Order: sequence, then C-alpha cells, then structure tokens
Amino acid sequence: MRRDSEEPSGNPLRDPQDRRLPRIAGPCGLVIFGVTGDLSRKKLMPAVYDLANRGLLPPGFALVGFARRDWADQDFAQVVHESVKEHARTPFREETWKQLAEGFRFVQGDFDDDVAFDTLRKTIAELDVARGTSGNHAFYLSVPPKFFPNVVQQLKEHGLADSQGGAWRRVVIEKPFGHDLASAQELNRIVDEVFPTGSVFRIDHYLGKETVQNILALRFANQLFEPIWNANYVDHVQITMAEDVGIGGRAGYYDGIGAARDVIQNHLLQLLALTAMEEPVSFEAHALRTEKQKILSAVTLPDDLDLHSARGRYGAGWQGGIHVPGYLQEEGITRTSTTETFAALRVDVETRRWAGVPFYLRTGKRLGRRVTEIAVMFKRAPHLPFTSTATEELGANALVVRVQPDEGVTVRFGSKVPGTAMEVRDVTMDFAYGESFTESSPEAYERLILDVLLGDPPLFPRHEEVELSWQILDPVIEHWETLGAPETYAAGTWGPPSADEMLARDGRTWRRP
Amino acid sequence: MTTIDLTDTSASAVSSALINARRAAGNQAVGMVLTFVVVVDEATHYDAMRSALDAGREHPSRVLVVITRPGRGPARLDAEIRVADSRPGDTIVLRLFGELAKHADSVVLPLLLPDTPVAVWWPSKAPPVPGEDPLGVLAQRRITDSAASSQPIRALHQRAVSYQPGDTDLAWTRLTPWRALLAAALDQMPGATVTAATVEAERSNPSAEILGSWLGGRLGVEVTRRASSGPGITLVQMTTSGGPNIAPGDVVLSRPDGILAQLDLPGGPIRPVALRRRETAELLAEELRRLDPDDVYATVIKGCAPTERSA
Repeated sequence: MRRDSEEPSGNPLRDPQDRRLPRIAGPCGLVIFGVTGDLSRKKLMPAVYDLANRGLLPPGFALVGFARRDWADQDFAQVVHESVKEHARTPFREETWKQLAEGFRFVQGDFDDDVAFDTLRKTIAELDVARGTSGNHAFYLSVPPKFFPNVVQQLKEHGLADSQGGAWRRVVIEKPFGHDLASAQELNRIVDEVFPTGSVFRIDHYLGKETVQNILALRFANQLFEPIWNANYVDHVQITMAEDVGIGGRAGYYDGIGAARDVIQNHLLQLLALTAMEEPVSFEAHALRTEKQKILSAVTLPDDLDLHSARGRYGAGWQGGIHVPGYLQEEGITRTSTTETFAALRVDVETRRWAGVPFYLRTGKRLGRRVTEIAVMFKRAPHLPFTSTATEELGANALVVRVQPDEGVTVRFGSKVPGTAMEVRDVTMDFAYGESFTESSPEAYERLILDVLLGDPPLFPRHEEVELSWQILDPVIEHWETLGAPETYAAGTWGPPSADEMLARDGRTWRRP
Repeated sequence: MTTIDLTDTSASAVSSALINARRAAGNQAVGMVLTFVVVVDEATHYDAMRSALDAGREHPSRVLVVITRPGRGPARLDAEIRVADSRPGDTIVLRLFGELAKHADSVVLPLLLPDTPVAVWWPSKAPPVPGEDPLGVLAQRRITDSAASSQPIRALHQRAVSYQPGDTDLAWTRLTPWRALLAAALDQMPGATVTAATVEAERSNPSAEILGSWLGGRLGVEVTRRASSGPGITLVQMTTSGGPNIAPGDVVLSRPDGILAQLDLPGGPIRPVALRRRETAELLAEELRRLDPDDVYATVIKGCAPTERSA
C-alpha cells in the first residue's frame, strides 16, 4: 500500500495515478513592478485572483505592488479589489478574497530609488515571516523595456535577486525583448548577469493560449494530419494576426517600433515555429525548445525583399461604421513618421519537410476585423475526374487553426451541391472550443503566472529563440528603413495593394480571414 | 429554447423529433462530447437536471433525464425534448411508466450519441451494484452519491463491496480540494514522516471515511476519527516527526464554517485558505473531466469496506 519510496518527491500523498490533484504552487510571492498599469489591472491581478479561486495558489500567497503612487497597503487592496471585480473570469467569492487580502503589500517608489528597493527587501522579509512565503519570490516587470536594466540592477544591488537555501527568485519580462538583435543581446546580457537562465521567464502571452497549445495536440496526438503536413500536400501557409484597433494611446511605444517588431518578431514567428517544427521527443521544455530553434534557424528570407514583402500604414477611413483617423493623425505621431502599421513577409523554411512551401506572415492594425489564425493551404487534387464546370467553384482544401477570437479549427473541403447536376463547392467542417469544452477556458496569463510560480518553463521563449527571431527580421527592417514612408491603406481594409501584389507574384491570394 | 412534448412515444420517434428540432433551431449536434444519463425520481429531477446542465457548460453533452414511474398502469414513454440556443448540447426528459420502468436501457440505448463516452449519475438512490445495473452497463463512468442516501455510511459500505472499474462517488469528489491542500502541505516538508493523523467531521459523513482511508493507505498510519458538529469535514491533523531541516509538529487544516479554512504548518504562520463546499455542478464537472477508471478511488473505496467495528 505504501508507495512513497517510489516517488521522486518523497511525498506519500502524491501518486502519479492521482490525476485529480492539481499542482498547487509552493509558498511564494509575486512582486509586480508597474502595478498601476493597464496590463496589471486588466490581466495580472485578475489572473492571480482566478488562480486563487481555482485553488491553485498556496495559502499565504503574497502580492506586492511597486509603483510611484502614494498608496498604503489598503489603497492597493482596494485597487486590486476593483480590478478583480471588473475583470476576473471566475465569480467573486469572499473567502477567496480573504485568503489573498492579508498578503497584499504596496511599496512606493521610483525605479532608481534606493530607499524604495530597501523597503521592498524588508517587505519581502516581513512576508516570509508573516505569510510564510519562505523566500520564494517572482518579480514581474510590467514596465516599459527602457526601465528593465534599471530595475534588474536595483534587484541585484539590494540583494533581491539572491536566493538562499532552497528558495527561488525569478524574474518575468514581457515583450518586446529588444528592438533588434543587438539590443536583444544587450537585454539578455543584463538579465543573465543577475538571474540564472532558468530563472528568467519571457512572457509571450500568445504561447499561453489554449489554442496555441492545441497546435501541438492537433499535430502530434492525431494520426490524421501529420502524414499530409509537408511539402507533398501543402501548397503554402498563411499566418495572420489582424487587429481592428489603431494604436490608441500607445503612440509613445508604437512609433518607431512598428508592426514587424511588435508582432512578427515574437507572435508570428513563434506560431510559425509551432506549425512547422518536427515532433519533439517529449513535451519537456528543452525538447520543445530544441525543435523550435531548429526551425527558426532554418527560416530564410527571399533574395529580393521588395518583391516578397509589403508594408503599409493606415489612413483615415470608415471602419465598421465609424470614421477613424489615419496613423499620422493619431495623437503623438509626427508627420514625418515612417513607422509601418501593416507588415507582410514571405519566408521559406529550408528543411526537407517544407522545401518549396512558402510561409506568408502578415499583421496589421485597423484591418477588417480582429483575428489571429494559421491557415495551412493544401495543393489542389492532382486530377479531377469531373468536368471543369463541375469544379469551377471548388477552391483548395484548407486547415485553419483559429487562435482568436472564436478559437477552434476549420477544415475546408469540396462537397457535392444537392441537385441533379454534378457540381462541387467548398464547405467547412468546424470545431469550436466553446462548443466542446468549458465556456471560459483559463486566460493565458493564468497559465503563465502559475507556470512561473511552479518553475515550469515550456511555454516561455528562451533568449536563443528571441535572438534567432531577430536574426530573421533584422535584414527586413533594415531594408524597409531605406524606403521612406510606407504605402497607405484605408482603415478597415485588409492592407495595402502591395500585399496583394506580393502574393499574386507567386500565383496565390490572401485568404479573407 | 425549443421544447417539444411527446406522449406515449418511442425512442425512434424521440430521435427524429430531436433532429427536426435541431434543424429548426439552426444548431447542429456538433461539439457534444458525451451522453450524460441522470436517473432520478419525479421529486428531485429538477435540481439534478439543473446541476447536470450546469456541468454541461464545461462538457457539452446530451443529457438524458430518466424518471421511472413504475406502477400498475400500462407501459408508456413520455418525452420532453429541449434544444437550447444558449447552451451547447440538448436535453431529453424521459418518463417511463408501468412495466417500461424496468427496461430503461431499451429507451436510452438508441438515444446515445455515436462513438462518444456515456456517464450515468444517480443523484440520490443508487442501484446496489451500479456496474451491473442495466443503465450502468452502458456507461464508462458511473457516478453515485452516498452522502445523498438516507443512510450514508451504509451506502458507502455498499459502494465498497460493489466497486467495479468506472465507479465513482461524489463523496470522493468532494475531497479533492482537501487532498490537494494536504498534499501541497507535505510538499513543503520533504523528508518529514507522518506518524499519526486525525480526521474530524460531522457524524455519518462518508467523505470523512474516504479521507481516512486515503490518508491511512498513503501514510501507513492509523487514522483517528473524531465527531464534530460539522458542516462536513471540519479538521484534518497530521502529526509529523520532522526530518532533515524540518521541525517536528502538526499540520492542521481546519474549516469550522464550511467556507474559509486555516492552514497551520510547523514553524509557519497560520494562513487562511478558501475551502468552500462546492456545488453539485462543479463536482460533476470534475467527474466528467476524466472518464477512465479512477484507480486511486478503487484503492481508497476498498479500504472503506465494512468491518466488525463499523458494522
């Protein structure tokens, strides 16, 4: 009956067969820098509450806010309370709130304020006693990237990065991870100097999405798709991330960065890696990473970037019945800006599996609608035993992974139209997450924060991946910088004409997602 | 929401009416992952159906509510089909009169979704051997609730002697948050050995029996039972001998009010932790997450078999 000797953990209550027991993070605390920001209020704090509500946070969990505001602990608790009430996914429960509330602390200060960091150190030490967090703390840098070096250095100088005994210290950083290869390397150097590689968690919240993780299940848990997942059957792949919003109030962040750096470098190249990679030997972090890195290092750019890339900038226009301003009219944007808000790019993957199969990546703001999807477009059947009129309306087969919104998978294939004549037309077969699984699947941030606290890294890109992505993108951005202002497209459309021309050159067209 | 009433009908008529209703509502039978059979009596069917439908939000399913009304009247089947626009899946309430009450499987079998698992739930009174019940035989997962029985401990003993792979009991499901916290507590004390354990609960609480069996089996210690006024389980205590770098002391998880618990670890502060008693729908949703036999439950329930002492 006793099986404790068999278990690596040595905990007699743990049994690998006992799959009901969730993994609860050990005693620990989370320190959020920039806690007054949008991300923190809309995503991080609600995610912490939702985790607690699902019973996945340890009793005695501590949440420390660090920001410039002059708040007491109670004011901070009030802010968390409001953010949870407004944005949490799970219902508000008094007992969950009580479990969390005693662990709220607020530290006021600037990022170069030695006194504040000293207070932070004392606060953490006090929490270790009062809440039993045992010295385990994660630092979440929800601040603009220019402050990263500052905060990380301060953590080092005040001894906050040193872990003692069996305790851990981890640091979480959000994209963008630099703005080109050199700056990414510089950032990695700064962070690596202070925290060991295994303690640095780079959050790309896309990778925490259920649908993105489902790409792996779809490909590697099924017999149906993998045999055709190669150049013999696939004609090309389109990966799209479209937003219907403009830059809003983020001019300061966005101008000079642009769509390619903002989205292609991280989200789209990660989606490409998951779509194109070989089967990992296991789903351990290192095995996944190895395969993703192999694919990213096999990605090549076309020789002539003018022919195979496109960039654009939204002009004023009507979108969904509302008149919206163009990019140059947005607040805080200078008339001389050459930042692109639409970027499309062809890349090739130099492996046996994908030889001759182009991957088209596109992203933009103020496009037709908000959608992220991966469309694997298949070749047409080599022979059609029908008259040409019968198949006039038949397109190519497609398998589309809808990442957001309306998460799911669509398969498109031809079917006979009812009637006496033989006529084949495209139909779709749909799988929607919302239909077959819970109505509200966990938010990406819930999963990612829990993984940080558990120290489980598979869903976080490592610095090698970040640097490889920049290596791919740097030549494109350098080339674009020589070209002056991007082409204008009307808001609410699917990008500039050059994007369509770019595919037409290859004899293809963009899917309307 | 479309509701169709059929009286004095048959399973095939129900089936075709269902297809027509769905076509009229414009939604197809896509995405349903299992058939969930609920066996109830007239008095309790409303609550049970509500719970089943709520659980269906996480597991879109065809819910078949089987209400048996045996009696001397003629054998008859009445059906009520509900296709909701707002919820995936569909619901069929089946009332079986007279002789037909003994042959529920003949009605249910043609209405099962093709090629997907079947779960059956007896919210109150369960058959003596669920795995041999005509409806139980159709299912991969048979869910009983010994706590809902009028004699919970006797019902639990019956579960123990009649266990077959695929059986499970909501008294076990209710324990998951307790077990998770206790396991997480020992995670923090590597190398510590538990030398004694106590479970304190309301009298006649089957969950407490099961928890005692689990702790005793896993820890290899005798588990002391203490009675309290509830609600449910109120306290679990594990005495540890300490270990390398770990002071000896007691792990105490207590929940006097059924909502908010306190966790007390050796050398640590007392920490509040939310441990609310869960709704039936949440319990069902947990049950339906895995439909393969629960081997841990198998071991634990066998430890709950009646002995001379408890009989």
